[in-house]
Amino acid sequence: MHASKRAERRAARPINRDSFIEEWVDPGLIISGSPRDPEPSIRIAGGRVVELDGVPEDRFDLLDRFIARHAVDVSLAEAAMALEPATIARMLVDINVPRSELVRLVSGLTPAKIVRVVDCLNPVEMMMALQKMRARRTPANQAHVTNRREHPALLAADAAEAVERGFAELKTTVGVSRYAPLNAIAVLVGSGTGRGAALTQCAVEESLGLKLALRGLTTYAETLSVYGTEQAFRDGDDSPWSKAFLASAYASRGVKVRFTSGSGSEALMGHAEGKSMLYLEARCLMAVKGAGAQGVQNGSISCIALPESLPGGVRGVMAENLIAAMLDLELASGNDAMASHSEIRKTAKLMLQFLPGTDFIFSGYSVMPREDNLFGGGNFEGEDLDDYNVLQRDMLVDGGQRPVREERVLAVRRRAAQAIQAVFDELGLPPIRDEEVEAAVYAHSSADLPERDVPADLEAATAFLERGGDAVDVIRALARRGFTDIAQNILAIEKLRISGDFLQTSAVVLPGGCVRSAINDPNDYRGPGTGYQLPPERRAEIARIPQAVDPRTIGAATEVWQPLLLECGPARAGERTDEIVIALGPAFGSALRETLLGLPHREVLEALIEGVRQEGLRPRIVKVYSTSDCGFIGHQGAQLSGSGIAIGIQSKGTTVIHRRDLQPLDNLELFPQAPNLTLDSYRVIGRNAAKYAKGEPVLPVPVQIDNMARLKYIVKTTILHRRETEQVVPGRPAEEVCLA
Amino acid sequence: MPEYPLSEKLPERLRTPSGPPFEEVTFEAVLAGRVTMADLRVTAEALELQAQVAEQAGRPQLAENLRRAAELVAVPDEEILAIYNALRPGRADRSKLLALASELEARYGAFRCAALIREAAEI
Repeated sequence: MHASKRAERRAARPINRDSFIEEWVDPGLIISGSPRDPEPSIRIAGGRVVELDGVPEDRFDLLDRFIARHAVDVSLAEAAMALEPATIARMLVDINVPRSELVRLVSGLTPAKIVRVVDCLNPVEMMMALQKMRARRTPANQAHVTNRREHPALLAADAAEAVERGFAELKTTVGVSRYAPLNAIAVLVGSGTGRGAALTQCAVEESLGLKLALRGLTTYAETLSVYGTEQAFRDGDDSPWSKAFLASAYASRGVKVRFTSGSGSEALMGHAEGKSMLYLEARCLMAVKGAGAQGVQNGSISCIALPESLPGGVRGVMAENLIAAMLDLELASGNDAMASHSEIRKTAKLMLQFLPGTDFIFSGYSVMPREDNLFGGGNFEGEDLDDYNVLQRDMLVDGGQRPVREERVLAVRRRAAQAIQAVFDELGLPPIRDEEVEAAVYAHSSADLPERDVPADLEAATAFLERGGDAVDVIRALARRGFTDIAQNILAIEKLRISGDFLQTSAVVLPGGCVRSAINDPNDYRGPGTGYQLPPERRAEIARIPQAVDPRTIGAATEVWQPLLLECGPARAGERTDEIVIALGPAFGSALRETLLGLPHREVLEALIEGVRQEGLRPRIVKVYSTSDCGFIGHQGAQLSGSGIAIGIQSKGTTVIHRRDLQPLDNLELFPQAPNLTLDSYRVIGRNAAKYAKGEPVLPVPVQIDNMARLKYIVKTTILHRRETEQVVPGRPAEEVCLA
Repeated sequence: MPEYPLSEKLPERLRTPSGPPFEEVTFEAVLAGRVTMADLRVTAEALELQAQVAEQAGRPQLAENLRRAAELVAVPDEEILAIYNALRPGRADRSKLLALASELEARYGAFRCAALIREAAEI
């Protein structure tokens, strides 16, 4: 086939680098409604579940057994299961049904039934449901903080920047697992810098992760993965019971835990059993609930591109987020791995979590550039931070991030990098040199940092763990070197472990060490005007992006101007048929001095004059005061013109060629896109006006078409036009003027 | 329901595992060496209070988890890791798991954890 040029252009678009496949049931490549998904059912006998989704107790697999035992409220199950899926779905979007009633109802449902319920909802309804069902009222966000070189100064600087930007949790990991203690220390130090309040984690193998947490080097754990089939669970080297025990182990040390699941993992591992991704994810989530975890990160996570290859994939991911919230779990809703090559598609997907809000909209926003992300991406990254801030501002939606000025970013980065330098020195870890600190402050990525002695770092990391190094060592090191504020911020969070306060559902720690969770900040959404409302100070913060300028400064006089024009009495109707009136707007050459594009009014006027003269006619300049409208300016000029032809020009540069007998808003030629007019264009406009007066044939002035001109200039246009309009004196006749 | 957050509303009911009250965990005490990492840990009593908070918020499974955690406060790190590993697939047979459960029960009064392990042993 011979493709059209348009098709070739489309084929080269980023979206066409994404993979798309048709559904295939056997390997579980189907989002929802696989023919092998069971029919929802439950049977209770003797106070326990003896049949779950069509499977009798004696044929329960590991997950059935665990779910039946721990995740279904047998006192509610029969009544809840008797309801039609559509009835429950309607309750989810009904503002008159409170969240608590739904949570209770859902605790009596089976995995297959929950999927039937969410399958009744379209994405907008799911967003409405998520807005109501998420556990914590105030949304928040989690950051990825990693780098390829595992450079401690860069990790600390990035962690500090993340906290400054409002992230409530920071998550790091390792390329080489022996780096873990150093990475954890660096992120911990960064997390205490500046605003200094964030929980931190280091994603590593379970027993090492537990060790770091016990030493206080991390305050939460997240990568407790669960799977929706028995075989996938076994391949993940765990069982629901081992995970439940691990959750208790972390809690016993005051460490927050969140599980991880997400659609597609079973298919990827080859153990989907022909079941749909959403059904298997519902099983995962019920196992998470049964294990007593306070929350989960889901939304396909690292598998995201797999569901996105299928019909309904993005919807399915949204549905699994919703199921987690319905199960009353803290929800960190994915968006943490590359979901598409297409910026349009990535952003559209994000809206499903961003608009309704979740406990953590991203379970990993990459604060650094993607190339340094050891989690394999981050659907949004450091270079998108301004975009994200603008999205919050556009919709007045709290996406959990703070716009920050660059001076402040550099200050906290420097402070954190110096602090980790001091800590390394105090703890006898390999030195961080001043140039490493400096590079960490200004770097784009770890490629900009000096190389470190990797074997020495690794050896020191191991030795630190072996000698029992912990967070108190870090706090003391900071204090000894004068980083008291950072030391105190870290202690404030470590101290909270004693209380167990951040073990409750959806807990975050605010600056000052206060815990906010679904207990003291429960989501109380009950329709418009309820639930989370942007507090005025947060609204102002979201609005105040650094790029926003004070519009009062646009076009404002910055110096004392010499007069450009001399006025010499009211303009009279001209009698010479060889004159062309150039009618200026009321701010021309006075309140304003240049056009939208920055062409000086003097030069513009001289170009017009020159054009008229080139055709042998006489220019005559008047200043119009009674209007700022381009058409009316030109029209008034034409009434005064002996030839009947006038050029009307506004201060921003918009120009018209007018004739006495035309209606005010009609014209001979109009040049509405001032940004595309050059001095040459003004010269040709002068010549054309003269040709009209001479009755010669005229070739209209060619102008460029620039579709972006309005986008680029509309703000300035509005403000310059306002300045011109301020100079209008109603009823004042035009003045005769000449160049000073 | 206990007032929450405990650290703000009930600090007088909190203490560190080695005994000093929550409010004595100050920056100065850390620098002076009177507070160590061993103090920056949750106690079984605090976990029980948190379990009550969770229970009354309608989260029985979370409450159960926090009560299991309360039982594990006294269990050393190495033992916890050993039990966790035993619970992983193919690591320990039924009798080994049952023995671990009995030991936890006998030495630490960890009845809930023991029940969980016995349940895992049923498979």
